[in-house]
Amino acid sequence: MADGDDLRKMEHPLDIPCLRPGAMEGLEPFIAAPEHQAKLGFPGELVPNWKEKALEKMAELAEKNRAFQVYLDACVKCGACTDKCHYFLGTGDPKNMPVARQDLLRSVYRRYFTFAGKYFPKLVGARELTEEVLHEWYSYYHQCSECRRCSVFCPYGIDTAEITMAAREILDHVGIGQKYSNEIIGKVKDVGNNLGLNPKALRATLEDLEEEIEDDTGISVRLPLDEKGADILLVTPSADFFAEPHIDGLIGYAKVFHETGASWTLSSYASEAANFGLFIGSYENMREISLRIRKAAEDLGVKRIIFGECGHAWRVAYSFLNTLAGPFDFLDQNYPIPQHILEYTWDAIQKGKLKFDKSQNDHIRLTFHDSCNVARASRMGDMPGGQFEIPRNVIRAVCNHFYDMPDETIREATLCCGGGGGLLTDDLMDLRKKGASPRMTALQQVTEEHGVTHMAAICAICKTQFSKVMPVFGYEMDSIVSVHQLVSNAIILTGQETGEDGNEDEDGGA
Amino acid sequence: MEYQVNGKTIPADEEGYITNLDDWSPELAEEIAKTENIEMDEERWEVVNFLRDYYQEYQIAPAVRVLIKAIKKSMGPEKGNNKYMYELFPYGPAKQACKIAGLPKPTGCV
Repeated sequence: MADGDDLRKMEHPLDIPCLRPGAMEGLEPFIAAPEHQAKLGFPGELVPNWKEKALEKMAELAEKNRAFQVYLDACVKCGACTDKCHYFLGTGDPKNMPVARQDLLRSVYRRYFTFAGKYFPKLVGARELTEEVLHEWYSYYHQCSECRRCSVFCPYGIDTAEITMAAREILDHVGIGQKYSNEIIGKVKDVGNNLGLNPKALRATLEDLEEEIEDDTGISVRLPLDEKGADILLVTPSADFFAEPHIDGLIGYAKVFHETGASWTLSSYASEAANFGLFIGSYENMREISLRIRKAAEDLGVKRIIFGECGHAWRVAYSFLNTLAGPFDFLDQNYPIPQHILEYTWDAIQKGKLKFDKSQNDHIRLTFHDSCNVARASRMGDMPGGQFEIPRNVIRAVCNHFYDMPDETIREATLCCGGGGGLLTDDLMDLRKKGASPRMTALQQVTEEHGVTHMAAICAICKTQFSKVMPVFGYEMDSIVSVHQLVSNAIILTGQETGEDGNEDEDGGA
Repeated sequence: MEYQVNGKTIPADEEGYITNLDDWSPELAEEIAKTENIEMDEERWEVVNFLRDYYQEYQIAPAVRVLIKAIKKSMGPEKGNNKYMYELFPYGPAKQACKIAGLPKPTGCV
């Protein structure tokens, strides 16, 4: 398998490929080492009684999560999902058709848990669980980014990501874990974030950024850490402390908080918004990571929790945080619990608290990539579709040139970046490039039609993925930007000197 | 994976990051660079040395921005930028330079 150099040229973003059976067969990301597994409470290597354990876990999941059982039973093979997956479109491997990928697990479920499968397995396509099947699961359930685009088109509403998550959970319980995700979850438990960034290094990084903002603007803008009694706890992906263009987004949040006069803080204990427990389908790990946020909020005595730009973190926060770590009765009930930074910024814009010079983004002709977990698993604001409108509203408030990509590739039909759901690892780079092809083809269309130069995103994974794959499709690596980076470019801080004549701008409405 | 330096075998993980950070030596760095198709020169050594100093102080690699700022100070603005860093280390200053510097791979959404 070549490293993405057999990328197929797509005529349009949803161009259906010729089938290439076996094209991605045997692709396996690195398997977690015993020490990574142990931190998560999973066996270090394949257990001797793996078959019994796997079936036991499958039964338990079907019992505990009735939706999972319905998803296993309800599929009628109508085929509506077949061409909806970016990995299928990019690879042509028929096992990457969502229905076929799910059936890798469903066929085993049928064999052991349905009447027809027990007695007439061949008639209903039921099959034995073998070690080969386990590896097939490991391979193809790591060729799904849990983006749930296929689910949007399923007439039964089968949430295919749930099946991927269940498969990974079963694999973890028999001792086959994925190195990338499980090592990272271990770091959150040890240090508080995916990067393994300790408090001393975090503080040094934040001080460095404060210096940078002051050099750029002449204004002292703070990035407070562990400040007890602050009103707002900001929980953001640790990539915002480390990677490009994420860090420019963090600077944007700080400027917005500064300009709105907010009392806020970051926490070194909960220095991570991401929650990879979701990716591996582990309720226990997801809960443990979420409880760090609750503890930080209690220890710091904050009144509000706001999340930075991170796609799946917002899914976990918006949809599950209250169940996992609630009730949050100690927070100020007058604000959304939790709140998204874009809701905060949009509110400030509407109230006229922020002043912008939009021409600072005139070198950019922009489009916006809806991140899958925000688009299909959450909401922002108080109206349906707020998760689509609010980011665009903020962008339009700070940019003069904005163009959406084709309708069938945005909003609830958005295409995954190709690196979500625990696949943002170098050992899957070939898959990542192929999976990005549909999105990149949509981008190329607006580049041709409207001269679009840059794409904005609100997810740390999307940003990193695009900075790696965009060069393959003819863009510069810095053509991917954070939404709050655009805010940061355009915002005029009170007292900030702008223009060559050194005019001081008065505070005023946008 | 493993590297051979001066008759010694240095163990590394699947991706070529050394597993015992104390095994690092300048000779090993040259050896790792070779497997990455990189020729170590003065500029690359400057980056690698900065990473090692930073790691000594903070037990983690610096943000790319912090690295670039430091290089800007020592080598000037035409070299202290992201583009030039990627010319030196095509697979990224954070990951590839860390590997050569004998530091753990930065993990997460980076």
